[in-house]
Amino acid sequence: MTIEAWLQAAIADAERRGLPELKPLLESLAEATRALRAAGFTPELRDNPKSQS
Amino acid sequence: MMTVEEFGRLLRTRAISAVEMTEECLARIERENARLNAFILVMADEARRQAREADEEMAAGTDRGPLHGVPISIKDLVDVRGTPTSAASRVREGHRATSDAPVIANLRHGGAVILGKTNLHEFAFGTTNEDSAFGPALHPHDPSRSPGGSSGGSAISIATGMALATVGTDTGGSIRIPAAACGVVGLKPTYAEVSAEGVVPLSHTLDHVGPLARTVTDTWYAYHGLVGRWPLRQLSATPVSGLRLAVPRKYFCDLLDEEVRTRFESAIETLRSAGASIENVEIPHASLIAPIYLHIVFGEAAALHAPTLESMPERYTTPVRLRLEMARYVLAEDYVRALAGRDLLGDEVDRTLAACDALVLPTLPIPAPPIGANTVRVGSTDQPVRNLMLRLTQLFNLTGHPAISLPCGVTKAGLPCGLQLAGARMQTDALLRIALAIEIVLNR
Repeated sequence: MTIEAWLQAAIADAERRGLPELKPLLESLAEATRALRAAGFTPELRDNPKSQS
Repeated sequence: MMTVEEFGRLLRTRAISAVEMTEECLARIERENARLNAFILVMADEARRQAREADEEMAAGTDRGPLHGVPISIKDLVDVRGTPTSAASRVREGHRATSDAPVIANLRHGGAVILGKTNLHEFAFGTTNEDSAFGPALHPHDPSRSPGGSSGGSAISIATGMALATVGTDTGGSIRIPAAACGVVGLKPTYAEVSAEGVVPLSHTLDHVGPLARTVTDTWYAYHGLVGRWPLRQLSATPVSGLRLAVPRKYFCDLLDEEVRTRFESAIETLRSAGASIENVEIPHASLIAPIYLHIVFGEAAALHAPTLESMPERYTTPVRLRLEMARYVLAEDYVRALAGRDLLGDEVDRTLAACDALVLPTLPIPAPPIGANTVRVGSTDQPVRNLMLRLTQLFNLTGHPAISLPCGVTKAGLPCGLQLAGARMQTDALLRIALAIEIVLNR
């Protein structure tokens, strides 16, 4: 799932649940997720982390 | 204000009794607690009974060690039998602990006197102590400011002499942050070194239990009291001459309040003058600490709180409830990516520590923030308070390395600054020996 698709779905779900206040929090979480994904961490690298340096 | 070390010396020469020390702490609580809101529950009668027993035992020739008769406070996240463990939340209404957490049992076995339970950020899910079912705890030097959190009440109890030592918990910095903000010592031991059983969890792979006290030696006593194992030798300072300290400048020193920076650089120069070698180092993936931390703490906290977020959402304070609700949207795939990133950070810290004795960095990039502030100006930009408070401490929750915060001077307004040291995993005693050496040099 792309971050954009996730964010849209999360905001829509929060509004459906009566929690529209979550929108700015979810947007800031999306920024953190973008940074995390851009780093390219994958579970395989847990066994061979030096290849990531 | 007396230290554990001074009290122990006086107790053993009969110059003071445990009852007298306990009464002094209770009197301070009586004077200060209405103003600072540090304690949620004061166990005065129980404390007096324990103090009398400690004196009777000592008179009969039974000495339980350095914590014998020492009045301590406990963060209200830790089970003390017969009392509620509120976690500063109405969600926990009706709870009563049927047994002591192992750390409390260890402290009792060591002869400690339990004064009561201290205030915290609700469920330890915050760094300012503002969101608590019992109202905010306030900074001891300036009540318009936060004492830091989440173990804010614990830090206040030490800074004001309401207790001689205290038990806190630290998931992203919750021992070291209030220690730095209030001008006391706070230790996060190595991950899993101190039992977290009987402690309300927040994030099971990041939660740590540890002590706060007025000095490094007192912190060492309390740490061993929590573990329930006394070392054969007294804590001694590592010689500063030849000590190899490494400062991770990039990221960790990029965003500092100017007064905090001045105190930190002054401490570094003092240590250099005393003979320590100081080297600049880099944690290559430091800029990713916050995203990695957030996805792990949110994923784990959401799993723990999902049932009560469904059944009694109105019992949470609004800010904590909203952040926990946000946390429920973290995807499993991103949690797993964050675990991989955490392993990488652990390797990077290990590699850095292989070439030095300890990392040294500020604990907090800012002095204690005003209550209610969402942002604080650092340099020319406004920064979110929560991000700033966690910025320099959360790495060592991710990696599990032991880390300690020591007082490092005060700002012109009299607000304390903290110096943080981190050492090799399972080498908490070695870190404390270095911390003692640095404490001595900085206090000269």
